[in-house]
Amino acid sequence: MTSILQTRGLRASYGSTKVLHGIDIEVPEGSVVALLGANGAGKTTTLRALCQMMVRTEGSIELGGQRIDGRSTEQIAKAGVGHVPDGRGTFLGLTTEENLRLGAYARTGRNGRDGVDADMARVYDYFPRLFERRAQQAGTLSGGEQQMLAIGRALMGRPRLLLLDEPSFGLAPLIVKSIFEIMRRINQEERVSILLVEQNARLALQLADTAYLLETGRVVLHGPSEDIRRNDAVRKAYLGE
Amino acid sequence: MEAFLHQLLAGLATGGIYASVALALVMIYQSTHHINFAQGEMAMFSTFIAWSLMQAGLPYWAAFFATIVLSFVLAAVVEFTVIRPMHDKPALSVVVVFIGLLVIFHSMAGWLFGYTIKQFPSPFPSDAWFATRMMSAHELGAIGITLVVLVLLFAFFRFTPLGLAMRAAAQNAASSRLVGINVGRMLMLGWGLAGAIGAVAGMMVAPVVFLDPNMMTGVLLYAFAGALIGGIDSPLGAVLGGFIVGVLENLIGTYVVGTEIKLSVALVLIIGVLIVRPNGLMGRKLVTRV
Amino acid sequence: MSANPTSSNTFATLSAVTGGEGATATQRKAARSHLLWACVLIALAVGITFVARGYQLFQATMVLSYAVALLGLNILTGYNGQISLGHGAFYAVGAYAAGILMEHAGAPYWSTIPAAAVVCLVVGYLFGRPALKLEGLYLALATFALGVAMPQLLKHKHLEAWTGGVQGLVLMKPQAPFGLPLTDDQWFYLFSLFVTVVMFVIAHNLLSSGSGRAMRAIRDHAMAAEAMGVDNSHYKAMTFGVSAAFTGVGGALSAIAVQFVAPDSFTLFLSISLLVGIVVGGVGTLYGAIFGALFIMFVPSLAEKVSKAAPWAVYGAVLILFMFVMPGGVVGLLRKLQAFLARRRRNG
Repeated sequence: MTSILQTRGLRASYGSTKVLHGIDIEVPEGSVVALLGANGAGKTTTLRALCQMMVRTEGSIELGGQRIDGRSTEQIAKAGVGHVPDGRGTFLGLTTEENLRLGAYARTGRNGRDGVDADMARVYDYFPRLFERRAQQAGTLSGGEQQMLAIGRALMGRPRLLLLDEPSFGLAPLIVKSIFEIMRRINQEERVSILLVEQNARLALQLADTAYLLETGRVVLHGPSEDIRRNDAVRKAYLGE
Repeated sequence: MEAFLHQLLAGLATGGIYASVALALVMIYQSTHHINFAQGEMAMFSTFIAWSLMQAGLPYWAAFFATIVLSFVLAAVVEFTVIRPMHDKPALSVVVVFIGLLVIFHSMAGWLFGYTIKQFPSPFPSDAWFATRMMSAHELGAIGITLVVLVLLFAFFRFTPLGLAMRAAAQNAASSRLVGINVGRMLMLGWGLAGAIGAVAGMMVAPVVFLDPNMMTGVLLYAFAGALIGGIDSPLGAVLGGFIVGVLENLIGTYVVGTEIKLSVALVLIIGVLIVRPNGLMGRKLVTRV
Repeated sequence: MSANPTSSNTFATLSAVTGGEGATATQRKAARSHLLWACVLIALAVGITFVARGYQLFQATMVLSYAVALLGLNILTGYNGQISLGHGAFYAVGAYAAGILMEHAGAPYWSTIPAAAVVCLVVGYLFGRPALKLEGLYLALATFALGVAMPQLLKHKHLEAWTGGVQGLVLMKPQAPFGLPLTDDQWFYLFSLFVTVVMFVIAHNLLSSGSGRAMRAIRDHAMAAEAMGVDNSHYKAMTFGVSAAFTGVGGALSAIAVQFVAPDSFTLFLSISLLVGIVVGGVGTLYGAIFGALFIMFVPSLAEKVSKAAPWAVYGAVLILFMFVMPGGVVGLLRKLQAFLARRRRNG
């Protein structure tokens, strides 16, 4: 099975502060991979490094076999990476529908309307609430709705790889549950590979096929989700068992 | 009563010019959080370009559109070469750079085209069919052109993918990159559009006040006042503010303080707005995080 | 709140000397060498009186008036973090204060200096107090408007009785007192030098005192300063007033030297010249005011030989280039040189 994402020796720093010290991560095509760890472990930094956003990186990043380190963020987006960032990154001053439409910019550039409407219909199918609020200013949406919007926006780009940064953050459990179910559907129906950063280890391990555990910028543990879930250290520190 | 109406309408005519320049200011402010202090001088320089083209024999409308294109390009180049490299420098350094641009455009105009006052033609002959007793053909024509420009711009931003991308880039550069938008290119486009709008404003004001390097300094001040009144981050507000300032300037100048200190009126307006309601009529409140 | 000379803030604090409590041995040594340099400078300046001719003395006097004006602008911009694009307005107020007092009240020339300072202090404070909400960009806008509107204001017909309207006022040149064997030019140059030295001493003391530290605190972090009990609004307005007072003194000196005040001498472009002066000299520095003054006095006349528009093209290019290449101005460059030499000496 090919991997949609492969990093080797990925290092990242903010200015002179080194945060990642050599990370090897692999996302097999079509699978869901979880990135776990406490605050400050470097999870968000890893996602940013993959998109060359705000950090200086060294080491190789391959998307579907092609090197993408050294490219600009927008080029990486165009190559098929959909990033649902930390804090949603909603365009608060634009409407829900405009936010979604922007998601398609990456693959259609300034010209195409081809398939945009069909894609939007599919996103509304996953998130009916967004359809109800499609003409509303995105800033007026609730936290859960904004999370759905962020995921929907990323989907509009027909990504090969979806990066999700803490989708459960600040959301009520019921909403989180429904979002995670939708993510499973997306992974299976759209065949989109997912790299998921989550502090909620239990939920993440339920969804993911494999998982990586980060501590202070290094991978300390990785393997199939069941193995990680049964690991004693993980159970004590991250699952509260 | 008739005199009052005339002043009101004349105020709307000049207000249209202020609205255009205010819009250009807001466009640049929205995307960069910088105020283009050189906007007026760039518009003046563009008007001189139009004048030169006409001196070289080009008919009015050919020169008009050529100038718009050239101004677009010039402004985009300025953004790329001078402003972009400053993007991570302290805000006050950037202000100094803008003043530098102001001075360069002003002196280049003087150097290349001279300081003598020149006549600039209006495309609306004084005996046009739509000239009325209340307003001259040019005043009406200027309002017309201003409205056309504004409508085109709004349509562009509202209904085209590129316009949407530019609005997105202005609001949230990081998220824009995540959806594949080249933010730098959007900035250049924004500047180009601002330059083009400024050129139109200059070409509409020049027939009235005559063309010389000092033509736009006062206009810029009124445009600032208009943009502040409307809300420095609201395009619609800027346009409304420009019209309001035009009318106020005329009415206060005619009936209250006399036309010689109209600029002081602008000064008072600016300071007043900044003190009483810095967000203007339609702007959003700015919260500074510690 | 310590002064960090390597801060990435372009308008970094470069206080000439930080005396006061806890000055280290190195700082005291720096203070002494500093005093030495200052005395040398003053001696040289006095020496010019007897070497230079009439017109050159006039130019030297103008340099002094600009230096004091730039000192005012530096106090505002460099130390307090507020920016003014309209300080030419206070130069004008000072100049007109001198002119009006001499012309209409028959006041002696030397009294117009403190009078101009007081008038500008009040005007500056009044402008600064409501404007206190205006940070960075907005203050730049408001002062820009002030700078643009000032000439028109000076021409206003209701003020014409005082200001002389468009034609302005003509002033008499002061003569050397006590029958000293000095020409008018020489005397007024020495007088201006005296005033300049006094103003520099005041500026220096102001900035290293408690209020100086308060001002720097406000510059570096307005909210934290307020949380610590520093009354932001008063200090900001006061700084504006003091800054205006300094610039007004410069204006008064220039009015007497030129023997003439008229509205069109005080346009936006004067404010821009002052901005160029502090950028070239080094924003927020004491000695930068001198370098800047020399620049704005002599460069335009050189550039004018190329074309009438050239001085401004040069100014514009200088403003932009300096922000890219030399944001610390001449003083900043000298300090870097000093630090470089000190490092080399240490590493042997």
